[in-house]
Amino acid sequence: MSSDTLTKLPAAPGTSGPADVPRIVPQRRYGQWAAAVVVLALLALAVTSVLRNEAFQWDVVAAYFTTDSVLRGLWLTLWLTAVVMALGFALGTLLAAARLSANPVLRGVSWGYVWLFRSIPILVQLLLWFNIGALYPTVLGVKTVDLLGPVTVAIIGLTLHEAAYAAEVVRGGILSVDRGQIEAAQALGLSRWRRWRRIVLPQAMRAIVPPAGNMLIGTLKGTSIVSVIAVNDLLFSVQLVYHRTYQVIPLLMVATVWYTVVTSVLSVGQHYLEKRYARGAERTR
Amino acid sequence: MSVMVDIRSVHKSFGPLDVLKGIDLQVRTGEVTVVLGPSGSGKSTLLRTINHLEKVDRGAISVDGALIGYRRSGDKLHELPEREVLKQRTRIGFVFQNFNLFPHLTVLENVIEAPVAALKRPRDQAVATARRLLERVGLADKADAYPRQLSGGQQQRVAIARALALEPKLLLFDEPTSALDPELVGEVLDVIKDLAHQGTTMIVVTHEIGFAREVADTVVFMDDGRIVEQGPPAEVLDRPRHERTRAFLSKVL
Repeated sequence: MSSDTLTKLPAAPGTSGPADVPRIVPQRRYGQWAAAVVVLALLALAVTSVLRNEAFQWDVVAAYFTTDSVLRGLWLTLWLTAVVMALGFALGTLLAAARLSANPVLRGVSWGYVWLFRSIPILVQLLLWFNIGALYPTVLGVKTVDLLGPVTVAIIGLTLHEAAYAAEVVRGGILSVDRGQIEAAQALGLSRWRRWRRIVLPQAMRAIVPPAGNMLIGTLKGTSIVSVIAVNDLLFSVQLVYHRTYQVIPLLMVATVWYTVVTSVLSVGQHYLEKRYARGAERTR
Repeated sequence: MSVMVDIRSVHKSFGPLDVLKGIDLQVRTGEVTVVLGPSGSGKSTLLRTINHLEKVDRGAISVDGALIGYRRSGDKLHELPEREVLKQRTRIGFVFQNFNLFPHLTVLENVIEAPVAALKRPRDQAVATARRLLERVGLADKADAYPRQLSGGQQQRVAIARALALEPKLLLFDEPTSALDPELVGEVLDVIKDLAHQGTTMIVVTHEIGFAREVADTVVFMDDGRIVEQGPPAEVLDRPRHERTRAFLSKVL
């Protein structure tokens, strides 16, 4: 098409541009509108069905939401999550450092750890630790069952599991840092510790925080698995109630809402953590 | 004049690939040596051995009379612990092709990092020095910017200020303008020329023939892991004696 074709087009009325330049009209996306209407209708249907279904017994949910036993269960879930995350990432960071070291023995052991603990389902692992007394009836003269109560077993099992995943998350973060950064730090005479803490880790954190946030939320919910070994977490505490009162659904809703609330708070925290580690990543100030 | 850098029969290979095949080179204090050569000739590797970013397989390098990376006892060279190597590196400034500024730190934080962390200078003294250096490279107003907010030429000038902050006896430049858009090359070369005129000892690996002609005291031409010829720019650039030098210059000039 020659440029004549364009200049000969009539000007659209009401445009402020040069008289011979036609106005741009965006494509009408009727399909998008239709999809939005369908989705909103289905959503409204779902919400009204939940609110109008008497069997949810929202009054029972409200009655149990802040009872002592539920709050004690919530508290255990929260601190268990915090302890498992802290210990898991501490061990995971060591494993990542070992995997990236020049020492082939350390590299091999780290790889083997991750392979083993990613291979065993967490439920199987918890049951194994819970029954470890069958393998080792006494440890240093103390009965194993006395030494390893359900909460200790939960911490050990979840931490070992968590560390395997944390190791890969931390290793990925470190690998995402450009090799030139370490060389520049070496050329400037910065010590190994300073290079790690001041140069590599802050940059690695950008790649570590999103999957770590994912893991934190996963761990929070994952701790509910410890209810199978009778640890009194959030899920177990509502189970104790509904085994007595048979109000299964409303009490599961109590746990559901609490898990959702805590997850939301954690997501907000992750957002601010990501912003902090994005310093210098943007071109504009 | 005294010898600042003394390189004796240095060999280096990466696996089966011999990158340096016996390099001997002396750089006198206060002089500018420009290293030219085709890609893969080993010039960057040679530069990196001078501050022990690459370990040599054979031979020895000393800077200002001190062996780099090793301690001699009898006829053996024992590798120094990292702490000692790091101390040696603080006397040698290195400027990278890709700048390698720390993107999560401001320009000022980049420049004071090594003086504060490696030389244990008081922070306010390091900041004062850094501001003076940034002014010298024409970036006094960018102290609080982050590297990614600067152009390539500005980033490289910050990298030069960062290297100077250690008050090095020797400056090494590894293709300092190769990653820059053509219109930004001049501002970086001007800073390097300025340093040269003030008597800073430096070794510059580059493809900028004009810069070599103007600033170099000695031009070294490398090919295939060896030094083919060296001498004043007027000799090496205008009356090259070796066929390989002539072939290279005819391609880049």
